[in-house]
Amino acid sequence: MGQTVPSTCDTLIIGAGMSGLAAGIRLAQYDQNVVVLDRHALWGGLNSFYKKAGRPFDVGLHALTNYVDKGVRGKPLTRILRQLRIPYDALKLGQQWVSESAFPGVKLRFSNDFQLMRSEVAEKFPSQIDGFDRLSALLADYPSLPTAGMPVFARTRLAEFLTDEKLVDLLLLPILYYGSPTPHDIEWGSFVVLWKSLYEEGFARPQGGVRTILTLLRDRYKELGGQLHMRQGVAKLLHENGKAIGVVLDSGHEIRASRILSSAGLVETMALCGEALQEKFSEEKCAGEMTFVECISLLDTPLVDLGHDKTITFFNTTERLIYEAPEAAFDSRSGVICCPDHYDNQIPQHEPALRLTLRAHPQKWFDFTDEEYAATKESAWQAGHKAILPFAPDIRDHTVFVDTFTPRTVRQFTGHTRGVVYGSPIKSPDGTTELENLFLMGTDQGFLGIVGAMLSGIAMANVHALQASPS
Amino acid sequence: MTKEDIVLAIKDIIATIAPDEELDGLNNTDLLRDQIELDSMDFLDIVMELRKRYSVVVPEDSYGELATLDSCANYLEPFMAEKELKIGV
Ligand SMILES: Cc1cc2nc3c(=O)[nH]c(=O)nc-3n(C[C@H](O)[C@H](O)[C@H](O)COP(=O)(O)OP(=O)(O)OC[C@H]3O[C@@H](n4cnc5c(N)ncnc54)[C@H](O)[C@@H]3O)c2cc1C
Repeated sequence: MGQTVPSTCDTLIIGAGMSGLAAGIRLAQYDQNVVVLDRHALWGGLNSFYKKAGRPFDVGLHALTNYVDKGVRGKPLTRILRQLRIPYDALKLGQQWVSESAFPGVKLRFSNDFQLMRSEVAEKFPSQIDGFDRLSALLADYPSLPTAGMPVFARTRLAEFLTDEKLVDLLLLPILYYGSPTPHDIEWGSFVVLWKSLYEEGFARPQGGVRTILTLLRDRYKELGGQLHMRQGVAKLLHENGKAIGVVLDSGHEIRASRILSSAGLVETMALCGEALQEKFSEEKCAGEMTFVECISLLDTPLVDLGHDKTITFFNTTERLIYEAPEAAFDSRSGVICCPDHYDNQIPQHEPALRLTLRAHPQKWFDFTDEEYAATKESAWQAGHKAILPFAPDIRDHTVFVDTFTPRTVRQFTGHTRGVVYGSPIKSPDGTTELENLFLMGTDQGFLGIVGAMLSGIAMANVHALQASPS
Repeated sequence: MTKEDIVLAIKDIIATIAPDEELDGLNNTDLLRDQIELDSMDFLDIVMELRKRYSVVVPEDSYGELATLDSCANYLEPFMAEKELKIGV
């Protein structure tokens, strides 16, 4: 800020989210002239932060996935930190207490010790434990990278190991909620990545929430000389003979770049490239539809005093798993309950929080009048907090403040079509697009979540902007 | 730089990109990736640091030459003989 926007650079990065900042750091570290642009005033993208009524909120953070202890080698979290030269201790991570996947009458608890989940399966599904062991051994040897090829869905592969569909649903519920762009099921490569990041590794939270990570990323990027320009949206992507050559900003200013890395998403990026590409990758054909409402309630009483000690509860109130875009504005039959105070290192909050995630309709929220919008938010909170009673305490009389955000909020602040969170079902594992010198990173490259997005930014910067660059 | 200096230069680069690794016991003949945790992303960083510190460009098809400290020294000597060792940059 304060700096003027240049008219040329080596690499131009669209989006100051987790992937854009991580990519920016890699390139600035090796003396590239790199520019990160974002339309929004605050950095962080889908995992940003804001203030309301004087209270600080995180947009997305339930958990930092992929938790490993300091010194554990070769895992996504430690690889990221090494590549960005950020010390492990700077994240100030605290581990989760215990989480669970819960259906009526049956729960599977899990923590950062994989043995807990295994023992739960052995106890509750004794006939399935051999298959579970074969599955976990197979997955432990898989590389944690998304792969190209014909999509196979997880349920199909899981049936080779597990015959009890209830167990399959219990294992899938957290995985779908933390990363599936498709209803009821998830592509196998993404399943593997999420299995590792949720179950083999696990959940942690930085002290101070997402601000801790975002401040580290921004400071590191700036200290290396990277340029960050907020409130600078890309209105149009320029290309010639099939090659991307630059962008035009909302202000009309033009920037020429040797290459462009975009975290805006597949449909969103192609929409900047002119009619032919916009049509080929149109919203109708390519956009995902999994989006959410999130109700953040601040309470007058710690949840432990109300008898709740879980970190994250993935709940499903019906017999079979429900994960699809709802027909109504929202659906409270399944969702996620997160207690951000239930991590080891958290400083007790004056107003403890409970976050509730429900699936949302990808269009309805945009069509509401302001009154309908406010009323539907209120009914999502009411219905959601009633639906979770079998799994969590009644907080309705303990709530002092609520903020609810919706697909409309997500679209407004991140530009994602329909307000989707997990992007398009079409992923580009190598990041390439129809245009030379234009690459996708982040969610639509196939890695998501905070750690996934950073890993994606790093990998795409390495492959397409460092290895490939002549000078 | 002599070959010994080049080995020092490489060790110093590794100390920058992998600060948690114990480098005192490294020998010159075994594969680096068998002695300490280095993945392909880290090898890319060795290449990038060589370019940044010594303006030496290692083409992608020669990354294999960086497998051991000895092979690094042999491969890099023609490019680095005239350069100054830089430690802790
Ligand atoms: C409610 C919620 C809860 C979540 N919880 C978790 C969690 O607990 N743990 C976890 O790991 N992940 C969580 N996530 C997911 C995680 O936030 C995302 O996967 C990750 O942040 C994606 O990062 P990204 O860099 O790929 O994209 P984004 O964060 O979407 O970044 C894209 C950026 O590009 C900018 N942009 C788009 N178009 C343009 C344009 N034309 N010009 C300029 N800028 C543009 C946007 O403003 C945005 O800042 C959550 C997400 C949400 C919404």
